[in-house]
Amino acid sequence: MIAFILRRLVQSVAVMLAVGLVAFMLFRYVGDPVNNMVGQDTSLADRARLRQALGLDDPTAVQFGHFLARALEGDFGVSYQYARPVREIIAERLPATLELSVAAVVLALAGGLPMGVYTGLRRDGFLSRLFMAVSLIGVSLPTFLTGILLIVVFSVILGWLPSFGRGEVVALGWWTTGLLTVSGLKSLILPAITLALFQMTLIMRLVRAEMLEVLRTDYIKFARARGLPNRIVHFGHALKNTLVPVITITGLQLGAVIAFAIITETVFQWPGMGFLIVQAIGFADIPVMAAYLMLVAFFFVVINLVVDLLYYAVDPRLRIERSAASGHGP
Amino acid sequence: MAPDEAAPGALRRLADSDLFWSFRRSPVTVVAAVVTVLLLLGAALAPVLAPHDPYDLASLDLLQARDPPAWEAGGDWSFPLGTDDQGRDVLSSILYGLRLSLLVGVSAVLLALALGVGLGLLAGYAGGWIDTLIMRIADVQLSFPAILVALLVDGVARSLLPHDRQDQTAVYVVVLAIASSIWVQFARTVRGSTLVERAKEYVQAARIIGVHPAAIAWRHVLPNAMGPVLVIATINLAIAILTEASLSFLGLGLPVTQPSLGTLIRIGDNYIFSGEWRWMLLYPAIALASLTLAVNLLGDWLRDAFNPKLR
Repeated sequence: MIAFILRRLVQSVAVMLAVGLVAFMLFRYVGDPVNNMVGQDTSLADRARLRQALGLDDPTAVQFGHFLARALEGDFGVSYQYARPVREIIAERLPATLELSVAAVVLALAGGLPMGVYTGLRRDGFLSRLFMAVSLIGVSLPTFLTGILLIVVFSVILGWLPSFGRGEVVALGWWTTGLLTVSGLKSLILPAITLALFQMTLIMRLVRAEMLEVLRTDYIKFARARGLPNRIVHFGHALKNTLVPVITITGLQLGAVIAFAIITETVFQWPGMGFLIVQAIGFADIPVMAAYLMLVAFFFVVINLVVDLLYYAVDPRLRIERSAASGHGP
Repeated sequence: MAPDEAAPGALRRLADSDLFWSFRRSPVTVVAAVVTVLLLLGAALAPVLAPHDPYDLASLDLLQARDPPAWEAGGDWSFPLGTDDQGRDVLSSILYGLRLSLLVGVSAVLLALALGVGLGLLAGYAGGWIDTLIMRIADVQLSFPAILVALLVDGVARSLLPHDRQDQTAVYVVVLAIASSIWVQFARTVRGSTLVERAKEYVQAARIIGVHPAAIAWRHVLPNAMGPVLVIATINLAIAILTEASLSFLGLGLPVTQPSLGTLIRIGDNYIFSGEWRWMLLYPAIALASLTLAVNLLGDWLRDAFNPKLR
């Protein structure tokens, strides 16, 4: 167990180092940092001084070391676009993205689980076929089209919900939240649905497939033979065993949600990190891109690690297989 | 089959095949195929079908900008689906946009296929540290969503290329970005089948008679590892088209002077609160949605048809 955790930790650090190297090369070699920071009328001597002060004359390995050390402190330099520290900009945007992503995942689970169970139990029902057909369209439509469609229906035609921004936000220390005001909650509805739709269909299809699989097993037949009511067989025995892969996939999809938030945030002009990175790419704002890359990579690595450990903790079969296999080598 | 038909034609063999049988049995797939073929024809024949040339900037007239479709008041049959904010005919832009979206999608998949199959074959056949290196890179990349990789490659390529030439280089940048976001799937699949094939007797025989390893890999292993690649290619074509549309919608893909479907939707999105979205946004969106839905359905069918477990 400890060896497994250690190996996964080492792997995670290696991934972070690799991503850090990519971010560093972006920062150092794409464009000239000095040129990006000074005006056109800066003298050559001033440029050289700045170059010296920034440590750009040091050997590459030393610079990479400095870059990593500063990244660990959360220091990613100054944005070319806003002329402010990247750390401040990201700290402002982070709450918006996290609130949107968490709302989307909760929504996806709340919708996907019951629909999956239903379509698994009533395979040929009319509602099941409807869910499956809609889910196929949900998978095929690009996120931005879903968002635009929702805006057209609920903001333009019906005029019920706002189509852009976060509404009023309340500051709790450095964290700003839109969950405590009516306009904030109303603004959250459409983006959260847009972002959740794809994950919802995925969870639904997964739960359905797992339910179909589990319902065929012997212990379900045996439970029925014992005369247990359907409710207990379906939810106590069957659903419980479908949840392990659902946890894994949901965890892993949290990362995908953060990535797709880029598109959703652009459609709804949601002031989060995704909107920031799109603008940064358009302006070639390398420090912001590098910081975003590192931050997202960190999220992914942590999520992957937690999911692996959860899997290991939840499924006892894995533990037995590992300890049985450990006699034959690593 | 009648015994006197000694050499059945290719068409006849196709009609009798399992593949065609499973195709005919599914009406949804047939509809998807018809829609795909129609869209492909529309894209291929765009210069013939389109009433105007959307790339000919001199022919644009701002006085004819944002005209409604022909059947509405103020519409004009020379612009059947209306005009956009530059006075460009929407129908012509959609046909040419479809062409670009398909072109970018197909080129990206072909580039990813070449890259992925090459590296996967190398990793699987050579083994050792080459295998470890390639597959570790693939693992790291796979833990990030494809759209993120495409965005970053796009961003880096854009900052490396000169800004004043960006409109001309945009197509290549987008193809590169999408290809680098999907090559991993090809590489992993081909590596897997290569490992299986490498252990078989015909490969050992070829090795014993002294055929060069590169020749064995290329001429003997590769053809046997290509089957699943075609299925992956179809599914990834839909993904590539979607990625291109997303990049263009974000304003990081194809430029306004050379609009793909995603760019057209981005332009239409600006008019969402005035009535013009009804043609500037809706028709490109319908074109894109039917294209991706049809290709996705074909990919699903192909995957199921090749999956022996479902037979």
